[in-house]
Amino acid sequence: MRKGLSWFNTTSIALGFTFLYLPIVLLVIYSFNASRLVTVWAGFSTEWYWKLLQNDQLLEAAWVTLRVAFLSASVATVLGTLAAIALTRYGRFNGRILFSGMVYAPLVMPEVITGLSLLLLFVAVNFDRGFWTITLAHITFTMCFVSVVVQSRLVTFDRSLEEAALDLGCPPLKTFFVVTLPIILPAVVSGWMLAFTLSLDDLVIASFTTGPGATTLPMRIYSQVRLGVTPEINAICTILIAIVTVVVVIASVITKRQEVARERAERLAAAG
Amino acid sequence: MSTGVTEKTQTTIGGIRRKFAPWNDPAAVPLIRYENVSKRFGEFTAVDNLSLDIYEREFFALLGPSGCGKTTLMRMLAGFEDPTEGRITLAGQDLVGMPPYKRQTNMMFQSYALFPHMNVMDNIAFGLKQDGMEKGAIAARVEEMLKLVKLEKFAKRKPHQLSGGQRQRVALARSLAKRPKVLLLDEPLGALDKKLREETQFELMDIQMQLGMTFLIVTHDQEEAMTVADRIAVMDHGKLIQVAPPAVIYEHPNCRYVADFVGDVNILEAKVETVEPGNVALYTGIGGGAKLSIAQNVEAKPGDTAFVAIRPEKVRIDIDPPAWQEANCLRGEVWDIGYLGDLSIYHVELEGGVRIKAAKPNLTRMVERPITWEDKVWVSWTPDAGVVLTR
Ligand SMILES: Nc1ncnc2c1ncn2[C@@H]1O[C@H](COP(=O)(O)OP(=O)(O)OP(=O)(O)O)[C@@H](O)[C@H]1O
Ligand SMILES: [Mg+2]
Repeated sequence: MRKGLSWFNTTSIALGFTFLYLPIVLLVIYSFNASRLVTVWAGFSTEWYWKLLQNDQLLEAAWVTLRVAFLSASVATVLGTLAAIALTRYGRFNGRILFSGMVYAPLVMPEVITGLSLLLLFVAVNFDRGFWTITLAHITFTMCFVSVVVQSRLVTFDRSLEEAALDLGCPPLKTFFVVTLPIILPAVVSGWMLAFTLSLDDLVIASFTTGPGATTLPMRIYSQVRLGVTPEINAICTILIAIVTVVVVIASVITKRQEVARERAERLAAAG
Repeated sequence: MSTGVTEKTQTTIGGIRRKFAPWNDPAAVPLIRYENVSKRFGEFTAVDNLSLDIYEREFFALLGPSGCGKTTLMRMLAGFEDPTEGRITLAGQDLVGMPPYKRQTNMMFQSYALFPHMNVMDNIAFGLKQDGMEKGAIAARVEEMLKLVKLEKFAKRKPHQLSGGQRQRVALARSLAKRPKVLLLDEPLGALDKKLREETQFELMDIQMQLGMTFLIVTHDQEEAMTVADRIAVMDHGKLIQVAPPAVIYEHPNCRYVADFVGDVNILEAKVETVEPGNVALYTGIGGGAKLSIAQNVEAKPGDTAFVAIRPEKVRIDIDPPAWQEANCLRGEVWDIGYLGDLSIYHVELEGGVRIKAAKPNLTRMVERPITWEDKVWVSWTPDAGVVLTR
């Protein structure tokens, strides 16, 4: 089935990957630069990582970001999963199409608009802007991603499994926790991770909805970069890249494994 | 147990003969009652104003073509669908509105529905845990169930590590584990090979007798229904066509649909000539015209159109005209012979193109057939072999 790659394909893949990853690779390399000048290589050093530990502003921002990401991803996972269940289960309730369209809207909505509208809302209800408003905003925009991931799992979920549990005397809520949730858990976890990384990365929505005292890491980096790129920024970005990579790799491994298991089960079923 | 008029005697496991016919006993109280139950999905009527009584300890089979509403009928009893009209009672208790987890029925699903994240043991123990049974008792029951379905070696496997037949047996064990009052089996043996299937059929009958449970089984396999069931219901388009013990369904079908659905049958159209108590004479235009005589009470008048149904194994086939008989004799030509090992099926084409099947047991090794292709033959049967159907 596999064909050798043609010269054209090889080149285009190489170009594409270079375009995507060269800047990142450069950033990682320069984070280990001994020189203060970002573009001049002066030998390997981990100095900037040590410096980071003393930069209270950056650490503070990192801590805020992690808290927002963790909290918003967790809440978004719960809400997104519930939305996914409602959308796949209750086939024909009134306004289903409207509801599902609305859940997906933030997926395609320009972030600026999402951010602005949330800001207007918070101002209108006179909500003190800060940590909580960023968290709320992140819940709103990551929830739909979770919902999409979980829904794609739920459409292949065999409902007779739940019926079997009910039939054996297990009440509905317990059935959800002992049967449904364990089976869709990998999708829920991937959804959480997706929400976490999205929140971690977000600059636009956070900028709109933040207030005094709550600066996230992307915001801090952005404001510092405007004054000039420092190797410290490179170092913190490298750490961010590492975190995001690890999370994404775990999420895709989970998804892949689940797929393989399902395929195997299907093959077995077909053979048996 | 009962004092019915035509009690059925059935041979079951170990040659025990049992007399069991509560449906003939006017004093018997049914365990399950469907009372004028209808189920509609939108415009579509899956179950159509159906009434049915099933008795305690009965092994009841639902037989019918795909999509006739068998699963729907069961799901209403299990609590997954609510009847659109009518009501269902179990042991006198109205079931409508009672959630499935409170009903004393267990169901074995057509798709097995094994929990993929639990191993075989945990699957079987699931229902017992819901009842708050103590650990030791659960373990013992699971052990017993595993032994019953011959899966002791597979206790720790996950469902996806089992073959189709093994999964089916886990599903069976899981639904049996709680020893429900009523067990609903939706095509429980479909994925098993013939031998295992027959073994399991007898095991099911054995379990049902030992535990005194009531079984409601759906099957596509009429032989299976005949083997296991005390009574069979033949369904079509959401209606019950006939409900009767297997022998009655086979020998006295109440209409052409049932005669045709259960077993092989020849159906001849005829005109009623005379009707007497215990006998009816008919005339058929088939095969150049012949008199038919059936020993049966029929509600019909001379001139009515009726149908004579006759099973292939009850049709004789001869080279010479059977002189001893004046009715039920038709002339034709052997059109095809199907050799099945134990039987040979002769397809005889009558004058006018109608074909009749006659089954002949192969009593000796066949070297040369006494009757072969394109032979002119006579087919005949005795008056008590066929039935007259007016529908
Ligand atoms: N939830 C549903 N919504 C709409 N139609 C349904 C639903 N469930 C069943 N039906 C229809 O009702 C009819 C009876 O279905 P049912 O599953 O009872 O058939 P069955 O006799 O069990 O068939 P099979 O032998 O193929 O299992 C079918 O025509 C089916 O399409
Ligand atoms: Mg069915």
